[in-house]
Amino acid sequence: MRKLRSLIPFVPLVFAALCTAPVRAQTESPPAPATGSHAELIAKGEYLARAGDCIACHTIPAGKLFGGGRAMETPFGTLYTPNISSDKATGIGAWSADEFYRMLHEGKSRDGTLLYPAMPFASYTKVTRADSDAIYAFLQSTQPIHQVNREHTLRFPYNQRSLLIGWRTLYFRQGEFQPSPTQSVEWNRGAYLVLGLGHCTMCHTSINALGGTSLSKEFQGGLIPMQNWYAPSLTSNREAGLGDWSIEDITGLLRAGISKRGAVYGPMAEVVFDSFQHLTDDDVRAVAVYLKSLPGKASEVDTSPRSTYTTEEAARLAPLGGKIYAAQCAICHATGGQGKPPAFPPLANNQSIQMNSAVNPIRMVLNGGYPPGTHLNPAPYGMPPFAQLLSDAEIAAVVTYIRTAWGNHGTPVSEREVNALRSAPLF
Amino acid sequence: MEHAPDTMQARVLACAACHGEHGEGTDNDYFPRLAGKPAGYLFNQLIAFRDGGRSYPPMNYLLAYLPDAYLKQIAEHFAEQRPPYPPPAAPRVDAATLALGRQLVTNGAPDRKLPACAACHGTGLTGMRPAIPGLVGLHADYISAQLGAFRYGTRHTASPNCMHDISSHLTDREITAIAAWLAAQPGPADPTPAAPSHLPLACGSVPN
Repeated sequence: MRKLRSLIPFVPLVFAALCTAPVRAQTESPPAPATGSHAELIAKGEYLARAGDCIACHTIPAGKLFGGGRAMETPFGTLYTPNISSDKATGIGAWSADEFYRMLHEGKSRDGTLLYPAMPFASYTKVTRADSDAIYAFLQSTQPIHQVNREHTLRFPYNQRSLLIGWRTLYFRQGEFQPSPTQSVEWNRGAYLVLGLGHCTMCHTSINALGGTSLSKEFQGGLIPMQNWYAPSLTSNREAGLGDWSIEDITGLLRAGISKRGAVYGPMAEVVFDSFQHLTDDDVRAVAVYLKSLPGKASEVDTSPRSTYTTEEAARLAPLGGKIYAAQCAICHATGGQGKPPAFPPLANNQSIQMNSAVNPIRMVLNGGYPPGTHLNPAPYGMPPFAQLLSDAEIAAVVTYIRTAWGNHGTPVSEREVNALRSAPLF
Repeated sequence: MEHAPDTMQARVLACAACHGEHGEGTDNDYFPRLAGKPAGYLFNQLIAFRDGGRSYPPMNYLLAYLPDAYLKQIAEHFAEQRPPYPPPAAPRVDAATLALGRQLVTNGAPDRKLPACAACHGTGLTGMRPAIPGLVGLHADYISAQLGAFRYGTRHTASPNCMHDISSHLTDREITAIAAWLAAQPGPADPTPAAPSHLPLACGSVPN
């Protein structure tokens, strides 16, 4: 079984049970007047469904398009994504455009059932009525897949949807995207994509103890629950975020999956493969322009748990790390850590290696990885896995080395951290 | 700034870590030889690992976002490799078991309508183009694990799954015998897979 893009917030449900405030009254925008031919509308909807990456969760790999059934594992049980194909009995073929918009905008299913926030309706609420109608038209044009939705297997009390009322009161702010009149058209388009369909905040904003996200920490990065990958900060903070990345570095990374600064891996490889590589240059550039405008707050600190180590352990592992690097890594990443970009990413001055959390570099050494094969990079170079070759101590040593050599300002890592990640879900 | 070599070999370093620089395999029982297996077979396996037909998380993870065209290039790369075979393993079974293995591999069990391995995998056991793998140069534990995976349905192929049918009719001792005898064979003088010919049974992964 494939391990899915994980979901978030079930911790909050117990607390949410205490909160019984009713969901706020809704205002619905009227349906947009139809423009252009129906075929154009469907094509637009297909594109927007790419931008929203619907396929990633609603299609089993190599399975029937939008047939759902993908298992989403959480600490509280397993969710199964629903069928969103045009099948009238088991998909959304019988839904109206109004019902579809209400689902995206309010997080309620056709019968009024509250959706679990695994469905990113807190982002999709920003989608315009016109775009919702286009996505609706596209989904209605897809092959009907007759596949009955599988029941979630959440444990009590997480299977009580009434608990979601509290979560929504705390963390759901309904409303379409409102363009900022003081910003450019390009910035507003980028903001719309990032905050709405792109649902970037689902991974790139840390989850608090109640399973919600805090606006003050928006896009400052966070550990993705269950998957054990760290989604880095997207702000302009020099230490943790996009800092001195150029627009071209960002667009290259999002469209090709590789750049001079680094490659996408882990869950982001899927996002580039399924979504970003299919978007227009203009839209990806708009995303980059918006991200570059996110302020690098002086108050932003990397609040993820620091890698743990003892001075004694670090001293013991340090010389070993240099030796392993020379023997195993330098052939591609170069003696000075400058790499051979874009095929072999640089490790020197690479933020994703130096963050407080050492989860990403440890996992890359353990499991290796291929960036996604994209239109712009159809035959990517791959990082070898070392789990089968190196011991916990050896991996801790070499990760410590790359986090602290060449001016990198990461901290050492311990054997214990490496060992814990050997059992992290791969897939 | 130095650039990475624009070669397949540099692109598949991620494979070499377990399967050897030229796909020769390693001394780990579960990292099989890839070199010289027909490209169609290797391509089918890469697709199966990517899409879930074969379940081995480290492989499923590595291939998840690689497109068909690139997997085909990877398959062709390893199909063209001709590294030397490792020396055969000393058998860990008794002579009678080894003889049983030889009998099943070369003659099958006609009374039970079980074809010989060699009928499809080539008289030299180097596989058959386009999509049947060679059986030489593999570890006994790897072979028996694959037969078990076929039998219990954890290794899927396109239907009809001929290897599921065959492995379901083999006893545990027969699987041990086949694996032990195959692993004890020296590398063939000519590692080229056999030309396509008529198969004794229908296999979904091999176009007929």
